[in-house]
Amino acid sequence: MSATDQGRLAVLSRIRDALGVTGRDRTREAAVEDRLRRHKRGTIPALAQADHEALIELMTTMLVNQGAEVTRASTPEDAARAMAEDLRAHDLPFILRMGSDPTLGSLPWDAAPALQRRIGPAKAEDRAALSRAVVAAAETGTLFLVSGADNPTTLAFLPETHFILIRPGDVVGSYEDAFDRLRAIYGEGRLPRTINLISGPSRTADIEQTIVRGAHGPKRLHVVLLV
Amino acid sequence: MADASFKDSAARALADAKFQRALLNVKRGFIVKRAAAKSKLPEFDQLRDEARAIKDHTLAHLDLYLEAYERKVVESGGEVHFAPTAADARGIVLRICRDAGARLVTKGKSMVSEEIGLNAHLEAAGIEVAETDLGEHISQIRGEAPSHIIAPVIHLNKEEIAEDFVRTHRGLPQGRPLGTVQDLVAEARAVLRAKFIAADVGITGANLLIAETGSSVVVTNEGNGDLTETLPRLHIVIASIEKLVPTLEDACTVLRLLARSGTGQDITTYTTFATGPARVGDPDGPRQYHVVLLDNGRSEILGGDFRAMLRCIRCGACLNHCPVYGTIGGHTYRSLYPGPMGAVLTPALYGIDHARDLPNASSFCGRCEEVCPVAIPLPSLMRKWRERDFERGDPPLAQRLVLKLWALAAKRPRLYHALGSGLVPFLARLVKSRGSFRSLPFGSAWTGTRDLPAPQGKTFHALYQEQKRSGQS
Repeated sequence: MSATDQGRLAVLSRIRDALGVTGRDRTREAAVEDRLRRHKRGTIPALAQADHEALIELMTTMLVNQGAEVTRASTPEDAARAMAEDLRAHDLPFILRMGSDPTLGSLPWDAAPALQRRIGPAKAEDRAALSRAVVAAAETGTLFLVSGADNPTTLAFLPETHFILIRPGDVVGSYEDAFDRLRAIYGEGRLPRTINLISGPSRTADIEQTIVRGAHGPKRLHVVLLV
Repeated sequence: MADASFKDSAARALADAKFQRALLNVKRGFIVKRAAAKSKLPEFDQLRDEARAIKDHTLAHLDLYLEAYERKVVESGGEVHFAPTAADARGIVLRICRDAGARLVTKGKSMVSEEIGLNAHLEAAGIEVAETDLGEHISQIRGEAPSHIIAPVIHLNKEEIAEDFVRTHRGLPQGRPLGTVQDLVAEARAVLRAKFIAADVGITGANLLIAETGSSVVVTNEGNGDLTETLPRLHIVIASIEKLVPTLEDACTVLRLLARSGTGQDITTYTTFATGPARVGDPDGPRQYHVVLLDNGRSEILGGDFRAMLRCIRCGACLNHCPVYGTIGGHTYRSLYPGPMGAVLTPALYGIDHARDLPNASSFCGRCEEVCPVAIPLPSLMRKWRERDFERGDPPLAQRLVLKLWALAAKRPRLYHALGSGLVPFLARLVKSRGSFRSLPFGSAWTGTRDLPAPQGKTFHALYQEQKRSGQS
């Protein structure tokens, strides 16, 4: 028996001794299987069960309170322009790092002709990046980003400025609603390598409880909400 | 009676003005913020009951959930390593790092890695370890243990940290401005960014493990956990076995309580679900994903009187609300896990011989249990440790004698009343009009900083009887 198997056996048998069980009890196995299969919800906060208009409002309020900037763009052109305008206002190069997400690729980038787009994962020297959130939970203004070539994870952490675009139909109420969307995309019990739940710009309060933005990740998070 | 060194370090903590100033930040920050966050979520208490039930259910089926979790990790391309002891866990991590030819390891904040002494073990093998959470980075350059489970340097002021940065951040200009918290954060960001980019292996803890999907969950505000697990070739998760919950829904319930209870945020800035290594076509992410599952005494706790302690989600609320922690700080406990949760967990992990003072360092005010998001009965668990300690006859003779005498009187009402009605007027006469004692034989620990009020007039029982007779009660 390998050391790994020995460790595994030791831990599992100690647990079974402590619980006074064998590990082959049909009732216990059924309880576990049932729970995993049904993934029953707990209490969902009332504020996460509002109508869509109220959820968009809640989402915006939560994000702003958590230090993000939020732009509501009424057209895709406005969304592209809002990002260009942000870079101009902050004196940043007119370059956006982004993945190969088709929704982002098909934005009317002609509306911001000076803006260059570089496709691929973030590099250390990148100043600004754009990702798309596949879904967002309004209850705490939390955006769900998934790893992959469409939206590489590094985009969300290396550059100092991070834009996240979200389509209006992708704003749901609760975390559970958001995970149901992911189950619909990836299948039961399967998730992409990384799901990043992002609720604001990077921050720390480790020194004297003083909140400072831009601890290790982005100093600014700009959420562009297509409405 | 507390052993001399615990008493000494508590006394030093009380007399240290700088330290006391830093500790005020606990009260100013965490307590107020938690109350505000809780009041905005009317479902909080209901969620608390549900979270307790989730943890109890998982613990009662822990063997089966661990097997289910392991299957999902393997299915997603990761590896699971079971570590019965701290030494096993250290060995496993070192072997993985060596196999990968690692020279630099970055780390997210992990109490379990502190528990197993991981950094020293890797460093002894010639591997550089960089803590990346700002508080942990400061602890590391000071050569100190964290003094709080979620705010490692809550005991320090910014001036002390600036001195540490000048001393340890090499190659930066002397006399650079480090007067503000912003300056300090900016410098740490630059120093650690270089480490993130160069690291071969990233090690994180886990706030939760999810059996349904084989995922590990890490919450941070800084984003250091994400850079740690995304940039290097390998990601190693080190977590204790009780971090498991069955489903994503269960994780949601716990997450609603975790940040609100700890930092008083509705949610932390980053909550990251990691499931296996990079997939085909992923342009970033680690090539290998390992989970080291640590037992280190937990299976024993599971079978005994302290099982409820395994519900703990390490939010830190009991530390933040504890008047004793708030006065003496984390280091005085001389245990990695301080405060009320530490007072219960430390003797359970290491034996009461190593932690006799901890369950005694409590005023039993009950706030810890009140704010605990999984309703751990911390005061009664501390009391249980005290009883065990007493039954074993370990407390010093004088302490046992006093308690025996007290019990002798307390169990005999007549004797108790006779002693009381004699003693009270005697004590009252001793101090006459002043009404309090300035000093007492054997009581200098109390009277050194405050007067002890003397009993006034008659005993409670005597007054109660009088009122009853005159029909007022």
